[in-house]
Amino acid sequence: MLLLEQIVNGLLVGSYYILLSLGLSLIFSLGGVVNLAHGAFYAVGAYLAWEIEKRAGFFGAMGLSPVGVALIGMLVERFALRRLYSKDPMLGLLFTFGLALTAEQALRIVWGSTGLPFAMPDALRGQLILGDFIYSYYRLFMLAVAALGVAGCWLLLNKTAFGMVVRAGTRDPEMVRALGINLRPTLTAVFALGVALAGLAGVLSAPLAGVQPAMGTEILTATFVVVVIGGLGSFWGVVLAGLLVGAVRGVTIYFYPPAAEASMYLLMILLLLLRPRGLMGERFEKFE
Amino acid sequence: MKDKISSPASAGRREAIKAAAALSVVPLLGFPAVLRAQGDAIRLGHLTPRTGFLGQVGEYGFKGATLAVEEANARGGVLGRRIELIAEDSVNPQTAVNKAQKLIERDRVICLIGEISSASGLAIGEQAQRYKIPFFNTGCNSDALRGSNCKRYMFHIEGSNTMYTKTIGTWQLQKNLIKGARWAFLTADYAFGHDLYKVSSRFLEEHGGIILNNDFVPTNTADYSAYILKLRQLKPDFVYLNLAGVDQTTFLKQYREYNLPYELAGGVMDTAPFWAAGLENLSGHWQSLWYHGLTVPASRTFTERFVKKFGHPPENQAWGDYVGVRIVLQTVAETKSTEPRRLIEHLEKGAEFDLLKARKGRFRDWDHQLLQEMYVVKVKDKSRSKDKWDIFDLVETVPDAKGSLELIQPTQAENPCDMPAA
Repeated sequence: MLLLEQIVNGLLVGSYYILLSLGLSLIFSLGGVVNLAHGAFYAVGAYLAWEIEKRAGFFGAMGLSPVGVALIGMLVERFALRRLYSKDPMLGLLFTFGLALTAEQALRIVWGSTGLPFAMPDALRGQLILGDFIYSYYRLFMLAVAALGVAGCWLLLNKTAFGMVVRAGTRDPEMVRALGINLRPTLTAVFALGVALAGLAGVLSAPLAGVQPAMGTEILTATFVVVVIGGLGSFWGVVLAGLLVGAVRGVTIYFYPPAAEASMYLLMILLLLLRPRGLMGERFEKFE
Repeated sequence: MKDKISSPASAGRREAIKAAAALSVVPLLGFPAVLRAQGDAIRLGHLTPRTGFLGQVGEYGFKGATLAVEEANARGGVLGRRIELIAEDSVNPQTAVNKAQKLIERDRVICLIGEISSASGLAIGEQAQRYKIPFFNTGCNSDALRGSNCKRYMFHIEGSNTMYTKTIGTWQLQKNLIKGARWAFLTADYAFGHDLYKVSSRFLEEHGGIILNNDFVPTNTADYSAYILKLRQLKPDFVYLNLAGVDQTTFLKQYREYNLPYELAGGVMDTAPFWAAGLENLSGHWQSLWYHGLTVPASRTFTERFVKKFGHPPENQAWGDYVGVRIVLQTVAETKSTEPRRLIEHLEKGAEFDLLKARKGRFRDWDHQLLQEMYVVKVKDKSRSKDKWDIFDLVETVPDAKGSLELIQPTQAENPCDMPAA
């Protein structure tokens, strides 16, 4: 019974991994940029939320903070990252790595290195108890937001003209350009959307894990693991991998807690041995 | 669509992905901070994690040391020389060793002060012994540092795990909370946690407590819900935390989220992680090496100066590094020397130091642990809290004014220290 409870709980825990990884995957698929600053945008989302929450409450912060993160992302893309697309991919990598270091230090300078207390909204306090099972309302809410985020992204990518350009650009950017479509604004928009999802994940995790400068660095590796397990560029693969990582972690904690954090890496190794493309990864011309 | 044409950029992309994987796990390198002076200043090496899961506590240590150095210089330094603090971020044991060597060899410091991680502390202790430069530990709790790994050149201002355990344990025994009570443990999975689990579970079992379960939790865990579900199944009387740093904050917040009725206790308490959790997420009785609400006049003066300089009160780690610098400088002044051997001999002979507490402290000669009072604190009722820093009421001093300071110390049998010669 407890094992089942752990699995279900793990699925809830996976929800903010999904938001983070989805953003990372989007940016990678279209721009080819391995965004090592993704965790930094997650942290910035949490810090912005901390400032906004004092004035506009938690739900205000949840709405506004990702927008703020998206704006910062657009500036970064427009004035820095864009210059690096046609260059060696290593440059984009080093740039985002440097950006992550700088951002963490900046957060430390502005808000101090001590974690900031971030209270859970009163409306979402409490637990739902179903027989032997217990769920916190907040986590259920988080799952709902993640589900909405996933659904929204799916609709955007699959049911709109914008999405069509993105998908086409992911597969064959030369052909899209040849058709006379300018990919640049699309790239900017996708980068902004990707980091906004990271920012949203930051807001959601703030009441649970607290707000502190290193939070982005800590989550980044896990995010990469989820993307790799899911398969590069695969939308549903990332969603599935996020849930899987959460569930596997719960089961590991049930049987052998010291391996809890290592479980996702083991999962990744096993999966890559069996299926090098990841769960639902396709072959991508431009990456192979 | 699935057949692909190799593009010229492909090799580069593959490399990029590999490098990304490598870089994303590189621990962040800290930025060294140096307060420089000119001339033949007396240099103190400060080494503590400023990033990573202990970083938020480490930052307080740095601030405490900075304040002590500034105050000393304002008084004209020591032996007519200015004091210079050279501070480095020791994010992990390996970095700690490299930076300890750099501080000793290149910066020619007369001693090392600081550190929080017991794993790093062990490594720094080795270097101190090798170079014959004293190391004043202000934040590592593991008993092993004073016991099986004790060093002639290592002195401990921070309390040991046994001291923390016995402080809260003395109070729990008084209130008859241990005998027959069922305890569930969560323990940080590194040197400090394992050591703390050993001493805290031993203390509880010796006094009739029942240990239901212990889970070793990896450091930097962001989600505790799975552990909390296990606690709910175990239905213990108390949940005993052997966690530190950010991990403590995260657990406290999520424990409140599930609103379980089992009371919290713990092997150690640092104020910064508790501040970060917020008063509404705290409960229970804890133990403290020092708290800014202490009413001893010297302690209040320190708190006022600290608030004036940094805009927020000091936490216990700030006290440790502040007192650490003062102990070093007082020793230099009293021996009129910066020669390591003379400093050590003076300390071993029982030199007394003002610790901003009711009683003065001195080091035990056989394990170099600073003998001092500790405190039992109780989480404050929110309506009486003046500000977000005001989270505890002081319940009592342990040992009380009549008791020997040895009361909370590990005995020689509990702390097998075979000190190497100087």
